[in-house]
Amino acid sequence: MIAQMNRRQALLGMVGIGGTVAAAVTAGAEEHPAHPVAAPDAVAMLYDNTICTGCKACMPACNEANGLPADTLLSGGLWDMPSDLNSKTKNIIKLYEEPDSSAFCFVKRQCMHCLDPACVTGCPFGALEKSRWGAVTWNSSLCIGCRYCEVGCPFDVPKFEWNKWNPKVVKCEFCYDRLNKDEQPACTAVCPTGAVIFGKRTDLLAKAKERIASSPGRYFENRVYGEHEAGGTQVLYLSKVAFNKIGLPKLGSTSLGHYATKVSSVIYKWFSGPVLAACFLGSLIRKNWNRHEAERPERERATGLRDQL
Amino acid sequence: MSMLSSLISSPKNLGTIDQRLEQCGVSRRSFIKFCSSLMVAAPFALALTDKLTPEAVAAELGRVIRPPVIWLHFQDCTGCTETLLRPSHPDLGDLILNVISLEYHETLMAGSGRQAEQALAEAVQKYSGKYVCVVEGSIPTKNSGIYMKLAGRPAMDVLADVGEQAAAIIAMGSCAAWGGIPSADPAPTGAVGVADLLSSKAIVNLPGCPPNPYTLLGVVLQFAAYGTLPELDHERRPKFAYDRDIHEHCPRRAHFDAGRFVKQFGDEGHREGWCLYEMGCKGPDTHAGCSTRHFNEIPDVWPIGIGAPCIGCTEKSIAFRVPMFQVIQIHTTAEPPATYAPIVAHQGKVSPIATGLVGLAAGALAGAGYVASRKFSSVPDDQSVPGRSPGEDPRNTQGGPGKDSARDK
Repeated sequence: MIAQMNRRQALLGMVGIGGTVAAAVTAGAEEHPAHPVAAPDAVAMLYDNTICTGCKACMPACNEANGLPADTLLSGGLWDMPSDLNSKTKNIIKLYEEPDSSAFCFVKRQCMHCLDPACVTGCPFGALEKSRWGAVTWNSSLCIGCRYCEVGCPFDVPKFEWNKWNPKVVKCEFCYDRLNKDEQPACTAVCPTGAVIFGKRTDLLAKAKERIASSPGRYFENRVYGEHEAGGTQVLYLSKVAFNKIGLPKLGSTSLGHYATKVSSVIYKWFSGPVLAACFLGSLIRKNWNRHEAERPERERATGLRDQL
Repeated sequence: MSMLSSLISSPKNLGTIDQRLEQCGVSRRSFIKFCSSLMVAAPFALALTDKLTPEAVAAELGRVIRPPVIWLHFQDCTGCTETLLRPSHPDLGDLILNVISLEYHETLMAGSGRQAEQALAEAVQKYSGKYVCVVEGSIPTKNSGIYMKLAGRPAMDVLADVGEQAAAIIAMGSCAAWGGIPSADPAPTGAVGVADLLSSKAIVNLPGCPPNPYTLLGVVLQFAAYGTLPELDHERRPKFAYDRDIHEHCPRRAHFDAGRFVKQFGDEGHREGWCLYEMGCKGPDTHAGCSTRHFNEIPDVWPIGIGAPCIGCTEKSIAFRVPMFQVIQIHTTAEPPATYAPIVAHQGKVSPIATGLVGLAAGALAGAGYVASRKFSSVPDDQSVPGRSPGEDPRNTQGGPGKDSARDK
């Protein structure tokens, strides 16, 4: 192993490693531009909370389409009553009540299917993937339950299966099986008022803008949430109250994948960074051990004691 | 009495229903009302009522030749017959007897004794292969079935004879469908339902204690009109009446969803008509149409409507087995309309006391470890320290201080 390294060798080594990293980083950054462009066939959902009546039909429809059990913890076994997205709930209706008045509105929360998702770049094993039509799907055979996606998502969407011995991560996948069969996602198909609708992203963006234009002042800031947030998402929101009040965070228009790429797709790709660090530390340990062993006879002679290690 | 007169004047040959109604002076209006009731009772999955207007059903039904019906009573309470005759607006008992040709019915027929036996034998022979056999009451099987005899013959034998030549058998009521009350623990007569004895015949089970009379009429008239039986489920119950459970269509469902339960009979909630789930209502596990089609043609005349929890009288696994007031588990999932998740979910909190106690324990362990470590002396010859004396070879089993085996190397 490398016992002694002279200054030149060390310098060359550092330049070599540094250069490789820099090259890879700049290369990786091109795949994740700061402002991604949606694919032409990208699908989307448009949710308008001025139409939503809070009937929650989308929740059992989602559970049924995804084979999820009901979360009856809070209701003592009677009703599906989750308090947030969790490992049994991929889609939830939440209620916002204005503190000092009787005004209220609903919000439907599920995966936003960002154009450049943080979860996809954060996943070390590529279990999350931006699939056809832009749906962010999850491959159970590659997921190790490390929860990087849970940590990375700005919308707090992926949820960990805390109560399972072999836990994975659960999130909305845009009913990918149904999309493949030319069907709408379960939630949009069942919505009785048309509060959440399905269509192509370009069409739904245009539709949302049309609604804004025809009723000025009805929608918060007269804009669509998800058009640019986090680089753009494939779930678009029209709301009558401020977006942050209904739990949609304030985000810039740079895609999160753009930031995350620099770390995850280079240093953490296949855990190469940690593995290299481990190798380096291992070599140090080995060097110290060998020196320790070399000095053992002297030490034993000097103290008269056997070496404890 | 019009009923009696219609029986006496029944023609030797079966006419169509229209002919019969005309003959007996039953008004067209009454008949249309009857057809409407039939449509309400069987709104779908029944070919006969799958029409747009009662007039259309009446036109179809009018052309049907009255089906001969032989009605057998075994271990019954006659409740299922009574349910057929309860409706009085219009005089439905009369209407029913005109719509079907009741050839043999122990409760309603005029004759008795030898005459009755003869009537049965004649009807079976004359309409062999054509009549619908309705069975009411369970059939005893223990000790060769001696516990119910008709004219000296055990029920099992009568059923075998009459059932064998029937075009279809309708097991009316829970007793005939699966054994009913006589089959409840300890079942001293070994009571069973019709399907347990004649499983190969075309049998339609209409469980219920009693079932809705329009369910029976729907099945019989469909059979008379088209010769087919309605679609049946795995327990041979017609899907148009038994595919949904009481809970799905219960008028008190809103109270269930909002968590308004009766806690005690007679309390405020009971007076307000709240949900009876906690009083042991078996509605969620019971398949029947009672929540939409009430009894006696009066709205809210049904168990839950009058404030008594459903006892699950149609279900073999529940009725007369599970205690009436025992609360059951709900298996279906639903979203309660009255509760919503908040925008920010509550996170669990660790109490400060717990943190403090754990901190104290960790500190105590650390402190104890440090104090203990001070006892291990760094001086080589220190004899007061626990452990081996210095200079001793640990491999040396003869042990003892002072041996300098390490220096022997």
